[in-house]
Amino acid sequence: MSTPTSHTGTAVPLRRDDVDTDQLSPARFVPYFRPHGFTNILFADWRSDPDFVLNRPEHQGASVLVAGHDFGTGSSRESAVWALQSAGFQVVVASGFGDIFRDNATTRGLWTVEVDHDVVEELWREVEADPWLPVTVDLTSRRLGFRAAESPLRIDDPLLRRLVRPGDRIAETLAHVADIEEYESSRISRGDEERAR
Amino acid sequence: MAKTLAAKLWEDHVVRPLGDGADLLYVDLHVLHEVNTPSAFDDLREAGRTVRRPELTLAVEDHNTPTRDGGQEDLAGRRQRDLIRANCAEFGIRLHRLGDADQGIVHVVVPELGLARPGMTIVCCDSHTSTLGALGVLAFGIGTGQVEHVLATQTLPIHRPKDLAVEVSGVLPDGVTAKDLALTLIARIGTGGGQGSVIEYRGSAVRGLSMEARMTLCNMSVEAGSRAGLIGVDDVTVDYLRARVEALGTGEDLADAESRWREMRSDADARFDDVVRLDGASVRPRVSWGTNPAQNLPLDGRVPSRVDFTSEQEWSSAQRSLAYMGLRPGQSMRDVEVDTVFVGSCTNGRIEDLRETASVLSGRKVADGTRLLIVAGSAAVRRQAVAEGLDEVFREAGADFRTGAGCSMCCGLNEDRLAPGERAASTSNRNFEGRQGRRSRTHLVSPRVAAATAVTGRITAPEDL
Repeated sequence: MSTPTSHTGTAVPLRRDDVDTDQLSPARFVPYFRPHGFTNILFADWRSDPDFVLNRPEHQGASVLVAGHDFGTGSSRESAVWALQSAGFQVVVASGFGDIFRDNATTRGLWTVEVDHDVVEELWREVEADPWLPVTVDLTSRRLGFRAAESPLRIDDPLLRRLVRPGDRIAETLAHVADIEEYESSRISRGDEERAR
Repeated sequence: MAKTLAAKLWEDHVVRPLGDGADLLYVDLHVLHEVNTPSAFDDLREAGRTVRRPELTLAVEDHNTPTRDGGQEDLAGRRQRDLIRANCAEFGIRLHRLGDADQGIVHVVVPELGLARPGMTIVCCDSHTSTLGALGVLAFGIGTGQVEHVLATQTLPIHRPKDLAVEVSGVLPDGVTAKDLALTLIARIGTGGGQGSVIEYRGSAVRGLSMEARMTLCNMSVEAGSRAGLIGVDDVTVDYLRARVEALGTGEDLADAESRWREMRSDADARFDDVVRLDGASVRPRVSWGTNPAQNLPLDGRVPSRVDFTSEQEWSSAQRSLAYMGLRPGQSMRDVEVDTVFVGSCTNGRIEDLRETASVLSGRKVADGTRLLIVAGSAAVRRQAVAEGLDEVFREAGADFRTGAGCSMCCGLNEDRLAPGERAASTSNRNFEGRQGRRSRTHLVSPRVAAATAVTGRITAPEDL
């Protein structure tokens, strides 16, 4: 099965830094167990403000969320990713991501795209001026494009590989079960009982 | 070649390199709790897989658990509890359930049971797994998809992090705690300062901390953006582990293990990717004013104003936080009144934290109109507190010292929540909007400051009493 390596969509300019997972998926919704039924959960508390950017009609149907520094900090709850995906987002662009959030996102096929903060600022301005502006993320060329501008993505090879070829990572690992068994045997033979108990 | 502690731990656990800077890392202990695991087990089942090493897996009920006598989980909480019990029974996983003698918050229980030992890798579906790094363990939080991977393979494909040293020189002043040190660091480097790195805490001020204080420091590494925090093994570590093993009565001979443990420290000339230096003597008791842990300041400080920020974006963010918190620029933090004080959590729910709280409360009363909630991090911590008579101190002061153990008011996932608009001084780790209940307001503090605040009803240092 081929995986798309490029995405184009309209964007939501979320002018906030340190967006934590308690906002993406407030605690009262965490007990949902599966990635469905999450549509109204994303930023549930912020959405009570009628002027909140996601409530604006011009941003309905957007698939790219553009945020500031340190997006997805805090708790490891995977419902933060489900909430974003259920709200229609396929890409989050930010100038930094929480490590665990990024892992959760990548596992579930949500693209986390890191760019320099001045690119985020420019994108915020452009999208606020034109909410229907198409924004393109191209993983192959590692570029973010809007209008005539193109900016590099800060993306390391392992993350890029996982986004472009998600696959069944457990099956990939179990194909090397002999290596795991050999590792375990070597640990026991050299006397690491307490760590291999 | 000289190596950092993180490098030693990492390289000792590489099953095979995966290329592109990622490795397949072996996991020595996989810890689960009831909240983030149901879908991992569902996915495991759907794929027709099983748990590869159930004996290296441990589960604990902690997040949803009620901590008061007769307390009830809500429907969703009960469902999660039922699911973890069924899943653990099906796959042969040891579970410490509500009411067990060894139940409590995962990061408190694991070291108590002697399960975290220098040189190990430990993962858990909880970001504060970093706590265990205080024991020379590479311990970090993982997401639900990764939980399934570890269950099925006992390994994790992961990109090697950078090494960040935090050097704290000198000695912390009297009355200044590891919590204050953690908040000082986070204010300095921000909530993203440690992203992509493992923090190793070093220097004389760190070596001067007790083991439980070290756990507090490593616990809050994630609030600085780092997935893991580490402290090299020394006499404090070894003495703690010896005491744990003796208390457990396993009769283990630790002579061989001890020499291995002592290797779990960075080599003298090891190179770090980055170094942050702090002067321990200049650390002061801290309190958070905003809605992320970096937004904190010394207790005698004033709420920041425009001149305290270098960019419009930072000031805009601060204004939003201040509006949410109901504070105004220039206001003295000591004028801030609270409704509730919470002592507990994986950050400050251990016996030393309860002792500190009791030492401030002794002979004093909780202020009228203020509620003081104290929740032990584990059933064992609570038993110890009772054995030492701390429960009497709490009762006489008018505190609510819960009979159960668990996450309680830290996470808003159980019945211990603040009402909308309520303000708390809390020894937990996160002051996010709504963290302790919808539209609640949280000020992060140490147990000493929490206890003093309970006595006056406003943000207070013990020295002010």
